Amino acid sequence: MNARVSSFRDDTLFGRLVMGIAESPKAVIAAIVCIILLFAAIVGPYLTPQDPFDLAVLDILDSKLPPGSESMDGLIYRLGTDGQGRDMFSAMIYGLRTSLGVGVFSGLVALVVGTVLGLIAAYFGGRIDALIMRIVDLMLGFPTILVALMLLALLGQGLWKVIFALILVQWATFARAVRSAALVEKNKDYVEAAVTLGISTPRILIGHLLPNCLPPLIVIGTLQVAHAISAEATLSFLGIGLPITEPSLGLLIANGYQLLMSGEYWISVYPGLLLLVLVFSINIVGDRLREVLNPRLGER
Amino acid sequence: MTPILEVKNLSTHFMTRRGVLKAIDDVSFAVGQKEIVGLVGESGSGKSITGFSILGLVDPPGRVVSGQILFKGEDLLKLSPAAMRTIRGKRIAMIFQDPMMTLNPVLSIGTQMIETVLAHGKVSRAEAWARSRDALGLVGIPSPEERLDAYPHQFSGGMRQRVAIAIALLHRPDLIIADEPTTALDVTIQSQILFEIKRLAAEFGMALIWISHDLGVVAALADRIMVMYAGKIVEAGQVDGVLTEPRHPYTSGLLSAVPAAVPRGEPLRPIPGFAPSPLSRPSGCAFRDRCARATDVCATEPMPEIAAGREFRCFHPHLWSVA
Amino acid sequence: MTVFVIRRFLQSIAVLLVTAIIVFIGIYAIGDPIEMLISPDASPAERAQVITSLGLDKPLWQQFLTFAWNALHGDLGRSFVFNRPSISLIFERLPATLELTLTGLVFALVLGIPLGLLSGLKPNSATDEAIMTGSIFGFSLPSFWQGMMLIMIFSVWLGWLPSTGRGQMGEFLGIRSSLFTLDGLAHLILPAINLSLFKLSLVIRLTRTGVRETMPLDFVKFARAKGLSEKRIVFVHVFKNILVPLITVVGLELGSMLAFAVVTETIFAWPGIGKLLIDSIMRLDRPVVVAYLLVIVSLFIFINFVVDVLYSLVDPRVRLGDAQ
Repeated sequence: MNARVSSFRDDTLFGRLVMGIAESPKAVIAAIVCIILLFAAIVGPYLTPQDPFDLAVLDILDSKLPPGSESMDGLIYRLGTDGQGRDMFSAMIYGLRTSLGVGVFSGLVALVVGTVLGLIAAYFGGRIDALIMRIVDLMLGFPTILVALMLLALLGQGLWKVIFALILVQWATFARAVRSAALVEKNKDYVEAAVTLGISTPRILIGHLLPNCLPPLIVIGTLQVAHAISAEATLSFLGIGLPITEPSLGLLIANGYQLLMSGEYWISVYPGLLLLVLVFSINIVGDRLREVLNPRLGER
Repeated sequence: MTPILEVKNLSTHFMTRRGVLKAIDDVSFAVGQKEIVGLVGESGSGKSITGFSILGLVDPPGRVVSGQILFKGEDLLKLSPAAMRTIRGKRIAMIFQDPMMTLNPVLSIGTQMIETVLAHGKVSRAEAWARSRDALGLVGIPSPEERLDAYPHQFSGGMRQRVAIAIALLHRPDLIIADEPTTALDVTIQSQILFEIKRLAAEFGMALIWISHDLGVVAALADRIMVMYAGKIVEAGQVDGVLTEPRHPYTSGLLSAVPAAVPRGEPLRPIPGFAPSPLSRPSGCAFRDRCARATDVCATEPMPEIAAGREFRCFHPHLWSVA
Repeated sequence: MTVFVIRRFLQSIAVLLVTAIIVFIGIYAIGDPIEMLISPDASPAERAQVITSLGLDKPLWQQFLTFAWNALHGDLGRSFVFNRPSISLIFERLPATLELTLTGLVFALVLGIPLGLLSGLKPNSATDEAIMTGSIFGFSLPSFWQGMMLIMIFSVWLGWLPSTGRGQMGEFLGIRSSLFTLDGLAHLILPAINLSLFKLSLVIRLTRTGVRETMPLDFVKFARAKGLSEKRIVFVHVFKNILVPLITVVGLELGSMLAFAVVTETIFAWPGIGKLLIDSIMRLDRPVVVAYLLVIVSLFIFINFVVDVLYSLVDPRVRLGDAQ
């Protein structure tokens, strides 16, 4: 009976997710916000009144203008300008692009790496399993921020270094979840039957074990993207994340930090709000997905 | 003999998202003083919920929706939570099915016993300790003094069930509800526990409701038997009568499905089909879909009939020469 | 129990060794140790002297032995900026970080456990929904931005609390801490809240999950059947069962809080090791960075060890495991 259920699961998984979100008004709002923000990030350059990193259009005389001010050439800075006379709204949309891009990309790569290693560990067992899980335990034993901090302290800052650090701290979570989901299924009769029938290993892994790992992967994947965005922002704020040439929301906030004391709140408050709304919405959706797919999935 | 417990028209329903689940539907019975009553049924028949309803321990979304539970003439359903608490564990005690799960794994046996003594009266700790020790000795646990300091995981399943029985005995209750207390145990341990409970019930003059799916166990133990099916008591009477001359087709079906009760050489006859889902029970007699004797009239609700000390709900009961 | 502690201790040593190797590889194999560990303004003579003392002219495995040997003696190099042993710089600032972290942890527990109980005992009620949404909000708040908002509201706008430094310190039982003066406490409040909010959400969720998983268990029902009061059931039977996972996770999170203190200390200019780390990274003072990493990892492994021992004290199944 379980075999039948799991072969139908693919058809119903998407339906269950949509229904699950639709049943909670909170999750619906959060999902809509996520979609809007994703859209804004993709079409970003068409939405913004100026290219905030084209130094030619920036005018230092326009710096630190409060929200609603008008520039010399009639442009209204709805969210004010930063220390270099950059339109905050434009800078935020560009920052959102960077933040989401880094978060989603590192999350996806970590998902793939973790899934592959988790499946291998579960399927082959024995020493391979022991080795992979030892590394997983070691990785999960340390807080992500500490590992990322160590790595970037040694490597220095840079876009790819940050992405590398984020992948490194995330893959283990996926690997552990995939391994335990795959193990449950592996011990069922039909998988043993498939092995006996001589079906190839990759087909068993992808055709039989992977579908079972999808529910936890979707939940963890969603939550990890939020986590990665937060972590990147934190690292960039500390000055060991993205370089000044790739400003994410974290860096924008950091730029406003000193000006906060002198009352120019908008430079750090608005990017922070955007970051908060982004991470909060993804988390709400992820939390809802967890409730729908597996209420007993761990809290971490 | 005035009954110690009288349950009248009790209904316990579960308000689930998919509809109302009638776990117990209009159940009435009585338990006399010192009487041992066996409550038999398949899983899902409502027998355990009956036990929990009496103690007021039905978890949400379940709720007792109607009826009366008269304990020594007092309706337990009308009691305040605080008053109900003074009954639970003191006047009515319960023994659960799985001894591996009923004791708290992180508290010592002593703690779990002493707190039960202290919950129902102002006693000194020393006296509570002494009473706990005596209760452990009573149920046949060797060197009870030392065992009070032990934790549940240091006991075997059978020993844990003895501890649970000792806890139930602490206040010498008038009634013990035992919810399949031997099902989770090895066969040899089962009979020991069975014997122990029967001995203690007789010794202290306690009435006992023994919930089980095992007709053999009930036959060996009980004075009277009640058979539950789909939330209703379908047949009730003295053990001998019910087991030898069942009136309800479900009871006879159960009997011919028990290996030990069928004479050698005769085939076992399992009851065809499955018990109906509690969410979509057929109207009228819930057993009619599986019943060889069913006719159109069974689509209406059969009323309980009483004949010769036997009670049953059926339009087409088996007829025996004596009846 | 003793067997367990010894085994756990040996594991800790192993993890420490692995981390030391990783840090070593990070500096010596991937990076250029000469550039990392020798001050750029050092004279050629000084350079040569450091190269021989660190054994940089020797094979890699010998370099590791020298590195490990020095580390065991507390010699993790000299700070370029302060020209002092980096380990003493770290130990000087460690108390400030510990004070901040522990205060934050206490905040998180004192608020989180009751909220989690409240939420878990009434699942799906309006209270539960509000607490849970609040906790998602809590861990969605980027902690550095949240700290800035605390400063903006309580220091800049309202002017109630100071936003930088540790304030005046008092002495009590030989311990110098901000906890013992009013001024110190005032300085501690905002950073401690900042550090605790994230963990507060975690404590709430853990407690809630624990309650929800424990309440339906048979032993809770049995405790009710014994006639125990609801108070005793929740605070003794259920709570003691939740305590096991709670201690484990909270202990582990203490390590993560130590790491997160980097953020809090940077925002509130709290003179702890986290701020020292960031300052040192900015000033390219790498020996201090290396020392920080090794100290924090050792601290972290030590905490894990203590947590496991504590855990075994709470759970009799572990405590008495070797008696079976």
